[in-house]
Amino acid sequence: MIELTINGRKIQAPDDSTIMQAAELGGIKIPSLCKYKDIHAIGSCRVCVVEVEGARNLQASCVVKARNGMVVHTNSPRVREARRVIYDLLISDHPKECMSCARNRTCELQELGFTLDILETRLTGQQREKNIDRTPAITRDSTKCILCRRCVTTCRDIQKVGAISAQNRGFNSFIGSALGLPLGSTNCSMCGQCTKVCPTGALIATSSMETVWQALENPNVHVVVQTAPAVRAALGEPFGIPMGTSVTGKMVSALRLMGFDKVFDTDFAADLTIMEEGTELLERLTAAVSGEKVTLPMITSCSPGWIKHCEHAWPKELDHLSTCKSPHTMQGALIKSYYAEREGIDPKDIFVVSVMPCTAKKYEIERPEMQNGGYPNVDAVITTRELVRMIKVAGIDFAALEDDDFDAPLGLSTGAGVIFGVTGGVMEAALRTVYFLVTGRKLPFDGLHVTPIVGFDKIKTASIKLENVLPEYSAFEGVEVKIAVTSGLEGADILMKEVSEGTSPYHFIEIMGCPGGCIAGGGQPRTEREDYRILRAKALYTEDEAKALRMSHENPDIQKVYAEYLGRPCGEMSHHLLHTTYTPRGNFNEYLPAD
Amino acid sequence: MSECSTSCPAAEDPTLQRVRRIAESYRGKEGSLIQALHAVQSAYGYLPLEVQKIVSETLDIPLPTVSGVVTFYSFFSTEPHGKHNIRICLGTACYVRGGVRVVDRLEEILGCKVGHTTADGMFTFEIARCIGACGLAPAISIDDKVYANVNPDEIPQILASYYKAEEANA
Repeated sequence: MIELTINGRKIQAPDDSTIMQAAELGGIKIPSLCKYKDIHAIGSCRVCVVEVEGARNLQASCVVKARNGMVVHTNSPRVREARRVIYDLLISDHPKECMSCARNRTCELQELGFTLDILETRLTGQQREKNIDRTPAITRDSTKCILCRRCVTTCRDIQKVGAISAQNRGFNSFIGSALGLPLGSTNCSMCGQCTKVCPTGALIATSSMETVWQALENPNVHVVVQTAPAVRAALGEPFGIPMGTSVTGKMVSALRLMGFDKVFDTDFAADLTIMEEGTELLERLTAAVSGEKVTLPMITSCSPGWIKHCEHAWPKELDHLSTCKSPHTMQGALIKSYYAEREGIDPKDIFVVSVMPCTAKKYEIERPEMQNGGYPNVDAVITTRELVRMIKVAGIDFAALEDDDFDAPLGLSTGAGVIFGVTGGVMEAALRTVYFLVTGRKLPFDGLHVTPIVGFDKIKTASIKLENVLPEYSAFEGVEVKIAVTSGLEGADILMKEVSEGTSPYHFIEIMGCPGGCIAGGGQPRTEREDYRILRAKALYTEDEAKALRMSHENPDIQKVYAEYLGRPCGEMSHHLLHTTYTPRGNFNEYLPAD
Repeated sequence: MSECSTSCPAAEDPTLQRVRRIAESYRGKEGSLIQALHAVQSAYGYLPLEVQKIVSETLDIPLPTVSGVVTFYSFFSTEPHGKHNIRICLGTACYVRGGVRVVDRLEEILGCKVGHTTADGMFTFEIARCIGACGLAPAISIDDKVYANVNPDEIPQILASYYKAEEANA
């Protein structure tokens, strides 16, 4: 421990603390801008400068270490004036469009102006030219960028994709891809993690709210909404509901009030995914134990950010991916076929909206594969953050809503479907069903939770021995199924390197593109809390445990859809509606045909 | 990355193959990106996107990071250089004695902007920050030759001598 004096008060702090951390321990908050949690502190914005006695220059407190006996002033006239000048310079070329900006009232630059008590614009400098780069998932407006580089750290150091970096020098600096190419032509996975860390409106999820409002207004359109598992784990937060509370019932009520004709649950399609993907796994394993040549490990395909990354970084390993579409596109395909036929509605009059924790799903629905019979499986994806905006626009008092239930026939789900939203959840859901199908018994784990793959370690592994199997699966007797789970694209690359070198010991791998899984997806509400993943995961596991049915194959509506429409898992109808193909891209898109 | 990506070495231009070999000699050496780019530029002349991709792939550094370094340092160029390099001094002395007028006139005569190369490939023209000839301000240098007290009106005459020399050589 060291002791230093900050603003006249003696403060004790651990040896390795920065001045900012030490000040926080003493209850003193130093304003900052470019710093982000524990992942990004480079002292570039200089907003956190403080006066250190004996030092000639002001020091950036987010990077300068506290030392024993240091005397620091965080609120002297010199510090206050320096911060104002820094702020003046930061906004001298910043568009003053706050009232019509997507980040109005959630912008950290705007908030900082309030914190620093800025009452006038003292400098107006040269302005950068408007140049908006829009992909289906992410929209970049570099005039709003303050060059904090949080996005660069997130993309390059956390996700290890490195689709963007600082380009050029001085006033011409900007954050972008090589030579300023549009994001859509790069290896960006569209995971949207950058949109969660951007302090301003420079990086946002591309909005689909207007299209959804228009569909809701159109009396000739049957508007159906579905909600991903992870949405309910975070939607309450911006309405003041404690983090970690699942708000499924209120969410359904809000969607009904907004005017959706049917409110379905993507968790249903998660159960469906388990039937399809579980069957696909059993087919591959059966081939493997009988000595046939088959591609293993099989890898999950629910996360479109992961899929796009795989197509860029591992274009030769695409056979390892399960051919299953992601759950919400499966659901969309069923809505425009099974549901449409059942209800006698022409699929051309159905508009499917998916509420997702994800930005990549906005990109995914525009893939040419994601359509059947000429109709897109899903017409619009809105993120959890967009749903929050729409609920507020609609004037709904979310926290006061009563609980409501999803509609039939695509609204009922088991606990296995719920945990799809968290890392390890898809694997656990698959094991619950596959183990049962093969042995006739429930998974031998406390509460059905496969404990080695629960939690937030980068790579989680387990192996499950199949013993006393049912007669029809006798080939599996004594087989040890090896599994691995990762979330975040860095972990994905670690496991894929083994796959590409032929040394991967696993049979089945679950990969989610965002660190922590969908609960921490690029479309989820922003939060500064360090423990947000743990709390949101808890919300899903609690909902899972409260369900009467916890294995996907037990879902009576899933059984019904197979009996009435699909036939059998991985059958011809399933292949037509629920499965897909992938496109080799390469890191520079060199595998794609040149335009 | 599973295999060759920009294009397969077999089909690759021999100069690009050379770029790949140079870049490979820096593979696995921490912090060698600038040196690698320097060596590659010396061999290839400049650093277009195709060349940056090879460096990115070989050193396993994301392309935007490579391009960030290339565009940060004025020493690196993403365009081919002309036969002759004009550098206009805009150090303090040259600046106050009319260096900017020299820049404007050059842009007009050469028909290209600072940092670029003329359409005929004769001249690349760049800004220098003090070439150490402050007593001779405003000064420019063409290749290794320094021109002192440059009057914008004299520029056509100076450039003409290079075209003349070119003809003589031809």
